[in-house]
Amino acid sequence: MKTYNNKAWLLVLPVVLCVAFSAIVPLMTVVNYSVQDILGPDQKVFVGTEWFKLVMRDPELHEALGRQILFSAAVLAIEIPLGILLALALPAQGWRSSLALVLLAMPLLIPQNVVGTIWQIYGRGDIGLAGAALNGLGLDYNYTGDSMDAWLTVLVMDIWHWTPLIALLAFAGLRAIPEAYYQAARIDGASRLAVFRFIQLPKLRGVLLIGLLLRFMDSFMIYTEPFVLTGGGPGNATTFLSQYLTQKAVGQFDLGPAAAFSLIYFLIILLACFVFYSLLQNAGPTEKAEH
Amino acid sequence: MQLQLDGISKQVGADTHIYPLSLSLVPGKINVLLGQTRAGKTTLMRLMAGLDKPSSGRLLADGVDVTGVSVRKRQLAMVYQQFVNYPSFTVFENIASPLRLAGQLGEAEIRSRVEAVADKLHIAHLLQRLPGELSGGQQQRTAMARALVKQAPLLLLDEPLVNLDYKLREELRAELKELFQHSQTTVVYATTEPQEALLLGGNTIVLDQGRLLQQGPTLEVFHHPASMRVAEVFSDPPMNLFAAQVSGAQRAAELGGDIALPLGPHLQALGSERYTLGVRPSHVRLTPASAHDYRLHCEVELAEISGSDTYLHTRHGEISLVAQLPGVHELAPGSAVALYLNPSEVFAFGADGRLAGSPQRRQAQGSAPWPA
Repeated sequence: MKTYNNKAWLLVLPVVLCVAFSAIVPLMTVVNYSVQDILGPDQKVFVGTEWFKLVMRDPELHEALGRQILFSAAVLAIEIPLGILLALALPAQGWRSSLALVLLAMPLLIPQNVVGTIWQIYGRGDIGLAGAALNGLGLDYNYTGDSMDAWLTVLVMDIWHWTPLIALLAFAGLRAIPEAYYQAARIDGASRLAVFRFIQLPKLRGVLLIGLLLRFMDSFMIYTEPFVLTGGGPGNATTFLSQYLTQKAVGQFDLGPAAAFSLIYFLIILLACFVFYSLLQNAGPTEKAEH
Repeated sequence: MQLQLDGISKQVGADTHIYPLSLSLVPGKINVLLGQTRAGKTTLMRLMAGLDKPSSGRLLADGVDVTGVSVRKRQLAMVYQQFVNYPSFTVFENIASPLRLAGQLGEAEIRSRVEAVADKLHIAHLLQRLPGELSGGQQQRTAMARALVKQAPLLLLDEPLVNLDYKLREELRAELKELFQHSQTTVVYATTEPQEALLLGGNTIVLDQGRLLQQGPTLEVFHHPASMRVAEVFSDPPMNLFAAQVSGAQRAAELGGDIALPLGPHLQALGSERYTLGVRPSHVRLTPASAHDYRLHCEVELAEISGSDTYLHTRHGEISLVAQLPGVHELAPGSAVALYLNPSEVFAFGADGRLAGSPQRRQAQGSAPWPA
């Protein structure tokens, strides 16, 4: 005989409440803004998909999106290979390994706005070590005036800050490969490159996939560093999507378009992550649990 | 290949992993490295392969000194505990990889060799799969095929079956024996299991804590262990050992308390001193096997059923005795049981641990030399 009652719902309730207040309610507020024109506290007009259409046609947003895609692509193209190289170069064990890991992990412990400030000063032409040195070498480097310089500075800053994450993930992945694989390769007479290509890289798939997703999402939402460095300038050179969104929402207080754009932004990231994940999952063999 | 180890030792920092030892492998046969965990089996194997350099001594292959020669230039193959395959290669490409790296064979030759060895290991239908899609047993079969396809004169197997479940282990073990028997390869097979050594036959080298204890034909080592330690390593469950005082007049061994075990014909030469007597658990029975059997009344401590055998842990006063009984026996702890020992199956070891007397080998026809 079975007794039915609904007590089990009580067990789910805390999670439902947490998710409701942390995700669903804020998201629905945004959805609410995105379909209304709010003129005052009690004056709201339903406008349907008007804001979405407006935002989609906005040339400034197109530019920001282009900049953003370029930036994320550059970040992934540089940080992933560089992180793997660093992991391969790290000493595998002993005190040297511990020391190297601690030094490597340091940038990860620094908050974004501090990283921005460090590089802002570091890159200054008059008192900054890097800026002054570059100018001393005869290069005309000025991130407040030159778009390219500002853009590159943000990129280098991100690489400095986050490549260690990839390196640490790859390092952990490498340590998980049993010694027997390397021995077998040596007995077969495989070259160093073959060992990397056919043993290490396939074995790193799992951690690299996680690293790739993390770095993509994070770089696609970059805000603090360019904000601290130049506030999105010079001109619009470092105005990425979140800068643009903030300008719209907080600067101009266009809540409707900003909300519509937020939803589009959210969907872009979700979609891109889904595409990355499925591509990498299907691109080759999946590593199943092994002894 | 005739592989000879001449005074080989391995020292890592202050630890001695292998004490100096010399041995020569029987060419074209199976050489079993038997020892418990941390006996130095893997270390010795790595030295044989040339993956590590010995701290002292020389390694001779067919009389040529190969001590410092890189493993890449040596002709050998190795199989590991872990299932080692290239994760992104199909089974076919995995098996073909050593041949491709050697780069001496044409595509048609490679294909026919791979197919032949895959057929032997019953993985011919899996050639297009990836290792990640295979079961553990199939992965290890692939790894073995990779090793066999090279037809290297020296094949090293480091506990290859230990990560497989019982059924698969039995199956592969029988197949391996068959495979090795029909090849000219010198095989070295490391294992912790006495049963495995007995099944594979050939030659056995017993290692313990980095020392070579005994080597010789497997059955010879099994029936005449040179020391108590060899008997322990080469017996599963461990041999029952009793401290005993042999008294001259009655030709019997007092095991303490009221037990005076008569000595079998092979132990008549023992002097009147202290010995350690050993009885294999499989030689302790519930019914007498002969009229000379000695009866011991014991109290059951635990009846452990393992596969088709029952391990009966019993006690008589100070003495504990383990019996390996074929079949399933349900005996409640605390109940009384009469166990029988045949005096002619008792080993005797001197105070220094060396063999003082071992049972004469019965020439059993057609039956296995160990309890099934």
